Amino acid sequence: MISIKNLHANVEDKQILKGLNLEIGPGEVHAIMGPNGAGKSTLGNVLSGRDGYEVTEGSVVLNGKDILEMEPEERAREGLFLAFQYPVEIPGVSNLEFLKASVDAVRAHQGKDALDSVQFLKLAREKCKAVNLDASFLKRGVNEGFSGGEKKRNELMQMMLLEPELCILDETDSGLDIDALQVVAEGVNAMRDPKRSFIVVTHYQRLLDYIVPDYVHVLANGRIVKSGGKELALELEEKGYGWLENSDNGAA
Amino acid sequence: MAEQFQTQQLALANSVAQLPLLTTLNAQGREAFAEAAMPTRKTEAWKYTSLTALLANEYGAPAVAGSNEQLTAAATINGLDAARLVFVNGQLSNELSDALALQQVTLFSQANDGQQALISEKLNSVLTQAQGSEHLFNDLNNANVNEGVLIHVGKNERLQQPLQISYLTTQNANPFAVTARILLVMETGADATVVEHYGSDEHAQVNFTNALTEILVGDNARLQHYRLNLMQEESLHIGSTHIDLGRDSQYNAFHLALGSRITRSDLVVNHNKGGSHCEISGVYIPQNQQLVDFHTCIEHKVAHCTSNEVFRGIMNDKAKAVFNGRIHIHPQAQKTLAELSNKNLLLTNSAEINTKPELEIYADDVKCAHGATVAQLDEKGLFYLRSRGISKREAEVIMSFGFINELLEALPDEAITNLLRPILAQRFGREQDLALHLLENEAAGIAGENA
Ligand SMILES: Nc1ncnc2c1ncn2[C@@H]1O[C@H](COP(=O)(O)OP(=O)(O)OP(=O)(O)O)[C@@H](O)[C@H]1O
Ligand SMILES: [Mg+2]
Repeated sequence: MISIKNLHANVEDKQILKGLNLEIGPGEVHAIMGPNGAGKSTLGNVLSGRDGYEVTEGSVVLNGKDILEMEPEERAREGLFLAFQYPVEIPGVSNLEFLKASVDAVRAHQGKDALDSVQFLKLAREKCKAVNLDASFLKRGVNEGFSGGEKKRNELMQMMLLEPELCILDETDSGLDIDALQVVAEGVNAMRDPKRSFIVVTHYQRLLDYIVPDYVHVLANGRIVKSGGKELALELEEKGYGWLENSDNGAA
Repeated sequence: MAEQFQTQQLALANSVAQLPLLTTLNAQGREAFAEAAMPTRKTEAWKYTSLTALLANEYGAPAVAGSNEQLTAAATINGLDAARLVFVNGQLSNELSDALALQQVTLFSQANDGQQALISEKLNSVLTQAQGSEHLFNDLNNANVNEGVLIHVGKNERLQQPLQISYLTTQNANPFAVTARILLVMETGADATVVEHYGSDEHAQVNFTNALTEILVGDNARLQHYRLNLMQEESLHIGSTHIDLGRDSQYNAFHLALGSRITRSDLVVNHNKGGSHCEISGVYIPQNQQLVDFHTCIEHKVAHCTSNEVFRGIMNDKAKAVFNGRIHIHPQAQKTLAELSNKNLLLTNSAEINTKPELEIYADDVKCAHGATVAQLDEKGLFYLRSRGISKREAEVIMSFGFINELLEALPDEAITNLLRPILAQRFGREQDLALHLLENEAAGIAGENA
């Protein structure tokens, strides 16, 4: 599905990713945990092609294609989706307009016809319901004045509409109440598919009770420093990251 | 060329049939206009606004024009359910107008004794309230005016329907001038929505509209005012709106200029009594070689008043805009709260904006926040859209539209929002495939819901 090799990336001339390796097969769910500032969001931004994130070394291959040379929109059309840690508010742009433009663009790339507007509205309303957002959110500005949890649910709704192949969830669980957490987890689980893979970035092992990962990785200081099964999350919950960073330093 | 314009306009003023009610005002206007110096590049209030296109023609009186399908469409705001007065080339169109049936509305030429007395008392009285903010085209309006609209909303009266006044233009054998004049008097506790609208059909035409609107909002009265300039590309429009605010009154307004060969619009608000509030938003979106010039002036003359002004502009092609936002806080106007924001987007390198807040603050216990910026589209927003598969160019169109649409969605009358969104969509998405999604709400049938 995606193969990340020796990825080095700078933000404003500061090296953040320092040789990151990650292989994700189709249908797999990988959780990434790690201390604040380790580079987890940076990884998401680099993968989705954000300006200002400069790759200095390494490669990223998605379904056999080198995506590092692609524009952000091309990556999205190739099936990559990033649910943002901090979704952006775009006042004046209706959520529905945004969603339709997005779905049409991805469908066009797949050689599919655009949905008609009424059909699409129906679909969008269904997805709203699935993430427990009122349908009135479709008419509002993109994330405009949404609460933290509503923004996260809006991200999830977009993911459901776009049906991407690689979903990167950057702390989608942060700021959610317990019910919303369940809603998000159910949404993700419903989308689990042998052809779809997930990278779930989280600080809380609790999420992983709901979305059970195949692998857990620790990202610290710009690299994956430890990988394991789902029990690694429990171990981290208990011991924190200190012991890992020490061993990392020792190895370096 | 300037002198010629002056001589010729005076000759025109002398040739029109006068209303006895207005002879004194006409004479005053003629005298003042004859003595006025035409603006040059050195005249501060006209520094960035060339009048060359205006001075290139002689404007006569238009022949009587009939209505046509395009004009009928231009005069129609779907969903507004307004009482209307529609003028075509300066003449009332009986066919398109029904507002004269309201006792609150009359024409100067049809005013009864009481209404005539009111006109004599109030006409020109608001214009002269703010020293230095009137200009020679207002004199010219005074010189020329021989008809006008009087709206008089009585004490504690509420206009049930919005009132729409449309000045439309169509073709005429020769270049022509239209003098538009509105006097709106709202007594204590009155409440009304008034849509003042300038438009035209698509026929080739050369005309110059000189508009002057004076508004008195009485104590505790509330006005929702729209002033929409939707004329065709070649139109020449110079208009002023002067407002007198009474105690605890409210002036809420939206001013829009799409742009035309020349659109100059002055807005002057006089806070004359304590507790008055004005809330004004505005939009200008000139394209091609169009010019829009907004001069706004908020006169805080007394204590305890608030004003909030938000204008946004997008300039495309070689278009040019001027925004001059003056806030004048007089020495006795303590506890004033005045806010002004003006944000602009330039879509090309050859588009131009001259924006300037002009603050004169003579009281010490006031809050005044102002900002005038030339902005870029928000990078984070653009990336967010692109990360969902939307092309960069479509994302830019969507964001530009949103920049203006944000103000449209905040309007209290959905019918106006719904009127303007498609016009805007056309401006921003001149390439069909880029504008495809701008009106998704309409296409899906949810426009206007829960606004
Ligand atoms: N645009 C930027 N400008 C400057 N520094 C940046 C920028 N983006 C990220 N960084 C820096 O890169 C480092 C990694 O940040 P990143 O957001 O990837 O961390 P993270 O692992 O997602 O942390 P958290 O768990 O707090 O979300 C941090 O030190 C951060 O300050
Ligand atoms: Mg992060």
